Amino acid sequence: MELVLAIGIGALVGSGVWLLQRPRTFQLIVGLSLIGYGVNLFIFAMGRLRVNAAPVLSDGGPADPSAYADPIPQALVLTAIVIGFATTALFLVVLLAARGLTGSDHVDGREP
Amino acid sequence: MDLSNHLIIAPILLPLLTGALLLLFDERKHTLKALLSVGSTLLLVAMGMVLLRVADSGTASVYLLGNWAAPFGIVLVLDRLSAVMLLVTSLLAIASLFFSLARWDKMGSHFHSLFQFLLMGLNGAFLTGDLFNLFVFFEVVLSASYGLLLHGSGPHRVRAGLHYIAMNLAASFLFLVGVALIYGVTGTLNMADLVGRIGEVPPENRFLLEAGAAILGIAFLVKAGMWPLCFWLPSAYSAAAAPVAAIFAVLSKMGIYVLLRLSPLLFGAAAGSSAGFDDKWLFAGGLVTLAFGTIGVLASQAMVRLAAFSVLVSSGTLLAAVAMSGDRSTAAALYYMISSTLTIGALFLLIELLERAQDPAAAVLSVTMEAYGDGDEDEPEEEVGVTIPATLAILGVSFGVCGILLSGLPPLSGFVGKFALLSAAIDAGNKISTLNWFFFGLLITSGLFAMVAMVRAGIRIFWAPVEIIVPRVRVIEFVPVAFLLILCIWMTAQAGPTMRYLDAAANALHDPTGYVHDVLSAAPIPSPKEAGH
Repeated sequence: MELVLAIGIGALVGSGVWLLQRPRTFQLIVGLSLIGYGVNLFIFAMGRLRVNAAPVLSDGGPADPSAYADPIPQALVLTAIVIGFATTALFLVVLLAARGLTGSDHVDGREP
Repeated sequence: MDLSNHLIIAPILLPLLTGALLLLFDERKHTLKALLSVGSTLLLVAMGMVLLRVADSGTASVYLLGNWAAPFGIVLVLDRLSAVMLLVTSLLAIASLFFSLARWDKMGSHFHSLFQFLLMGLNGAFLTGDLFNLFVFFEVVLSASYGLLLHGSGPHRVRAGLHYIAMNLAASFLFLVGVALIYGVTGTLNMADLVGRIGEVPPENRFLLEAGAAILGIAFLVKAGMWPLCFWLPSAYSAAAAPVAAIFAVLSKMGIYVLLRLSPLLFGAAAGSSAGFDDKWLFAGGLVTLAFGTIGVLASQAMVRLAAFSVLVSSGTLLAAVAMSGDRSTAAALYYMISSTLTIGALFLLIELLERAQDPAAAVLSVTMEAYGDGDEDEPEEEVGVTIPATLAILGVSFGVCGILLSGLPPLSGFVGKFALLSAAIDAGNKISTLNWFFFGLLITSGLFAMVAMVRAGIRIFWAPVEIIVPRVRVIEFVPVAFLLILCIWMTAQAGPTMRYLDAAANALHDPTGYVHDVLSAAPIPSPKEAGH
């Protein structure tokens, strides 16, 4: 499972970085979103991968903390997703404004 | 817990509530909006002063958000360094806010709300004692700064803003990767808790930890503008409206602040074999940034770019000073940081006034106003400014003071800061290394080049024109510039007490045992029910 996750993160971030180097604003925003997904998975992986383990203590459950998944990375991922979503939306607005004002979707606002 | 204890969170809550409240009012009620915004910022200045006094008692005041003890809950920590950053931010904010009242705040919507949210994020970043919370406040600052940078619109700003946002979004992801790696290795995100945990990290995980810290560092270095991560900075800062550029001067210091805070905390003596692993890189990066900024200052034709490259010079100097990581060099760096932040803020404001004396700038401004659309309709009656007969003379004197401060000539605070840095560089370990000599040479050269560039610009504005256009400057636009410069002059006169305070701040930074103890021993308040039993 570690290998699958690692390959997944690598593919997402790799394609994201490649898209970041591209000259069109749309490619830029897709690239940033892909990196965002990769990074979120990465944070998740930093809490160690556990299958069938709840992150929240329950009344009837075992008292041993090792029976649970680490809840903090899950909380962090949630925050990171929300913030990433908001900034992507904001960037989208700027992208449209740039398209409208410069008449070009090149990142420098003019065709090379 | 009495009321004064809650004062620590007030610098975050007040701008948040004010900013949210301002959203409820229509743009046409701009007098009301301006009043609320100015009131909130003035209160922040007052709070900054009170908190400075509180912090000077020597112990770090800790505020447990959610009433959980330190490593488990998120904490706000107020020590000398964060208090002084709060005060500097609020002083710069009040100056640029007053400046914006003359006309910039009416050039687009929600200027005051964005401004307050920016202050909230900055204050939060200076106060927080938790790495992930720092990320959240960073994002608040960045989101507000995206809006402010685009304030006034126009193709030039949107293009610079696009680069700025893309750059900072990418840096935010690096921030997250760094935080995640550090959490994965140490299992905590509390800064005080990390101090002890880093020493215990087994050797096979050291590499991961250092990689995490380095990736985290890159996110701050992008903000601080270390070469080669700084190419976005001059164009973004020079595209921003004058009051926005002035408050951005403290934005780049936010990156420096985090490095100042984390470098001795995480990689101080307690870190075992990782101690001081960041110093070499920061020092070399600082020197290159200093050189790059200096060349940029000399090469800039437009004055705004000159000011933007001065930000890089200041960042480079500070990075190198942080890397020297001695008590005295840190104290000197803090003094230099305050002085240069205020000076660069004043310079950005002053440049806008001076450029009105030149035709091309006026043309650009009118284009911007057209781009915003209905600016023309209600603008004329607002534009009635008092033409002070001696306008140009007063502006000239301010420009001269700015030049002296920027180049570090005696007798003003720029000189005191640079002198303290140089003397700390000589003192470090009794032997002056080759790198320290480089720093020495570069710092002095950067001063000389800044002076050459400022003199050149001054001659071009004040003496060269045959037909002098007296810029129309309103009193409310000039007063903030004078206020910032007077603060610098005051800092020169009060250099003794200021340095004493900053020395104490630097000592506390390099000996984090007190900080760690204060944070980890802060006890939650028992709830009324438990207290009753």
